[in-house]
Amino acid sequence: MTPLLEVKGLKAFYGTTQSLYDVNFEIPSGGITTLLGANGAGKTTTLRAICNMVRTEGMIRFDGQEIGRMATEEIVRRRIAHVPEGRGTFTSLTVDENLRIAAYTRRDKAAVKEELARVFDYFPRLKERIQQQAGTLSGGEQQMLAIARALMLKPRLMLLDEPSFGLAPLIVLEIFRILRRINEEEKVSILLVEQNAALALDLASHAYVLETGKVVMSGPSSVVKNDENIRKSYLGY
Amino acid sequence: MQQLLEQLASGLANGAIYACVALALVMIYVSTDHLNFAQGEMAMFSTYISWQLMNWGLNFWVAFVGAILISFVMGVLIERVILRPLHNAPVLSIVVVFIGLLAICNSMAGAIWSYLIKEYPSPFPKSSFGIAGVIGPHQLGVVLVTLVVLTLLFVFFRFTPLGLAMRAAAQNPQMARLVGVRVDWMLALGWGLAAAVGAVAGMMVAHIVYLDPNMMGGILLYAFASALIGGIGNPGGAVVGGFIVGVLENMVAYAGNMIEKTTGVYIIGNGEKLTVALIIVIFVLTLKPAGLFGRVVVKRV
Repeated sequence: MTPLLEVKGLKAFYGTTQSLYDVNFEIPSGGITTLLGANGAGKTTTLRAICNMVRTEGMIRFDGQEIGRMATEEIVRRRIAHVPEGRGTFTSLTVDENLRIAAYTRRDKAAVKEELARVFDYFPRLKERIQQQAGTLSGGEQQMLAIARALMLKPRLMLLDEPSFGLAPLIVLEIFRILRRINEEEKVSILLVEQNAALALDLASHAYVLETGKVVMSGPSSVVKNDENIRKSYLGY
Repeated sequence: MQQLLEQLASGLANGAIYACVALALVMIYVSTDHLNFAQGEMAMFSTYISWQLMNWGLNFWVAFVGAILISFVMGVLIERVILRPLHNAPVLSIVVVFIGLLAICNSMAGAIWSYLIKEYPSPFPKSSFGIAGVIGPHQLGVVLVTLVVLTLLFVFFRFTPLGLAMRAAAQNPQMARLVGVRVDWMLALGWGLAAAVGAVAGMMVAHIVYLDPNMMGGILLYAFASALIGGIGNPGGAVVGGFIVGVLENMVAYAGNMIEKTTGVYIIGNGEKLTVALIIVIFVLTLKPAGLFGRVVVKRV
């Protein structure tokens, strides 16, 4: 079976500084994959590279189609939803507007309404705050809103950049539970970048470990989790 | 009392014009962080286009709508052709381009239509249907037309998906791309809308100040003041600021007249009202640097 996302020989540059050297990985359709590594290993850059938000070389194939040269908004319209690092919302727009913006290209109002209802089923708290400005939400709520907005794109692949960042442990657990539900019920494949390796390995079925812009190892989560060498040298716990 | 009301009415009419130009400035400012110095000259050029259309025999309102549409297209083209290549250029280069644009619009209008001052018709009936002779028909018409335009814009930005996309693109371009918004086109659209709103202001004011290539110079200055007083990043503030500045300048002139009448001492007349109004603007800004409705922007460095 062809993978949903296939990345081969990916290099990425910020100006003249190269930050990814030779990244290779695959994401199967329907699964949850995690990208681990220390600070500055290139996790965020890899996600940004997939959406062409940095200058890249190499091959990125989504659903068998090369997307490496497409503009960010065109990649998103192929239903890759990127939830950026840290509170990725439009702070001056309301919760309602934040969600609707993701569906603005669509004409089928009934379907959008139905999706809104489903999103509120995952995040009932957002429904209570629907007319509030996103900037006035708590950190956890903003993260939920960012994921909810990504869902409104009806994604096939969701890229999540550190959804646990700066949040209380209980909220993080809640968000991760919802992510699992989304993966199972909406059939959304997930690529998760996390600092919190233990948490990510519990959720994901497959893991890749990055170090200084290269994939240094990969394997099923259970193997990575139980390999003491990997844990000590790359994951630091 | 009568005179006070008359001054108030004429202040509101002027204010409506300033509000439109200020709004055009703010619309571009919020999405690009640049002040378009050529906004006034673009509006002047649009006004000439409407004059030309009328000269070819079209009715005022047909020419009005025609000029708005042409201005919209010109605005979009200016963004796509001239400003797009400067996307990552330093601020100063963009300022120079704006000044160049100003000079080009001005001299092109002069070259095509000559620098001779032209009369420009008012579309509103001459009969004084104004309220008790306080507000003239043209002034009332100007206020009504601008209010309609401003309402349309408000409805567009507030209630349509495209308006929402434009606001999102202005607030956070990168995130807007991540929800599939074509940010580059939103910018161009913003330029088109700004040019169209400016055109409305030009066509409404031309009957009062007459048509000539330099007609918008003073108005642009007032519009800058309006946008600043309202808080430069705030469209609603710019509109309110426009009306404040318009009323303020006329009140200053009125106060000057009253002082002269009662004491015989000449302090301020029509000639000084711009100066005094701007002094008041500066005063407001020293007290509230972000403008009356602006928020202080804290940027992480």
